Amino acid sequence: MPAETDLKAVLGGWPPAVLDPAGPYSEPVTLLSWALLVGGTVVLLIVLTALGIALWGAPALRARLGGDRAIWVGGVAFPVVVLSALLVWGLWLTGDLAAKAPRPGEMRVRVTGEMWWWRVAYLDEAGRPVMQDANELHVPVGSTVLLELDSADVIHSFWVPRLAGKMDMIPGRRNLLRIQADQPGTYGGQCAEYCGGPHALMGFAVVAHTPESFARWRAARLAPRPAPAASRGQALFMQSGCAACHTIAGTEARGLAGPDLTHVGSRRTLGAGILPNNRGTLAGWIADSQTIKPGNRMPNYKQFDAEELGALADYLATLK
Amino acid sequence: MDERSTGVLFALMATLPLLAACEDVAVAPHEAGAPSIARGKAATEELGCGACHRIPGIWPEGTTGPPLAGFAKRGLIAGKLPNRPGELAAYLLDPPATVPGTAMPKVPMTRQQAADIAAFLHHSDAR
Repeated sequence: MPAETDLKAVLGGWPPAVLDPAGPYSEPVTLLSWALLVGGTVVLLIVLTALGIALWGAPALRARLGGDRAIWVGGVAFPVVVLSALLVWGLWLTGDLAAKAPRPGEMRVRVTGEMWWWRVAYLDEAGRPVMQDANELHVPVGSTVLLELDSADVIHSFWVPRLAGKMDMIPGRRNLLRIQADQPGTYGGQCAEYCGGPHALMGFAVVAHTPESFARWRAARLAPRPAPAASRGQALFMQSGCAACHTIAGTEARGLAGPDLTHVGSRRTLGAGILPNNRGTLAGWIADSQTIKPGNRMPNYKQFDAEELGALADYLATLK
Repeated sequence: MDERSTGVLFALMATLPLLAACEDVAVAPHEAGAPSIARGKAATEELGCGACHRIPGIWPEGTTGPPLAGFAKRGLIAGKLPNRPGELAAYLLDPPATVPGTAMPKVPMTRQQAADIAAFLHHSDAR
């Protein structure tokens, strides 16, 4: 049963994803947000009270409010103490959020922002890519995962609000972000830095598995697999130019411009987190992605007849 | 809608069979209730029907398949089947089996979802 699309889960949903942390790298952010909200409200009430006294208070109170002591206490001591405490507490609370280097044995994944999707490469201990995917990241619960965030074109921002704060993806630079999910489930993400046309339709999903389920998933992905059986859909894929931009491991398709389709049939979504993934949406995307996600880099392929479109969708849906 | 106008509506609907002898009658007076229609709308979004069809209230608004606004007034499903709730649900469950040669692929869904989506499509511009 396909769940609602990831984008919807991020932007809609209750409680709001930003206030519903699901791991140790998002909890401090939410706690700090609440502290700032509550603290800001208290300060606002104090200021409004002072304003009320200044406007309508008894003469004695007004005189005290305008005295040297009130200025020194309320205008100097209070802000210095509160803001210094906030600075120290905030740095202590969020200091661990900044990832500097991989820890020994830590899972590493490189996520590259592209206009308007995410390239995902699972890395080995030495930082070499061992497995490619797109728009979806699988992680085990309870373990930290180090993300190396790159950009292939413009500035994007990686944001899975229930797992971590935002981190920019900047061309020519590699930013590190650590995430951890404490419960199995799917966590929606969204590009958080305007990156052109369909920026708002650049969604992402983190799928957290139990450690056993993750080990099975990883082993299945890494196991050598037979090339997909020759089929009408595959022949059409190769003849129609799809292979110029897309890779399907074990076939002639080795294009690198678009998302790797080796496992496209097992992804939760299509079009980077915006559509459920089934034969119908696959066919619709191939024929008419420009209506669904205007401006995306894949042209419409309207030359297929019904039988051909169905064969292509069937073929892609079987690439698990 | 208050009870009175609902009553009037039902009275009008009761006259539909009388009109059946005339032309221009909605082919698919669907008797599904509001919960079924609401579930059908949710299923329509969940399955991504909008990737190919323009349907009121559903994103996106794909152009690969026919637009489905005013579907209750459509004469035939996929140009072949009479546009009745049962036929529509059967078609949704397995389009190529019911209308060979149709471009619409079989999208995995439950019988309940198919019936609910049929209800929704037959009422999609009622609101």
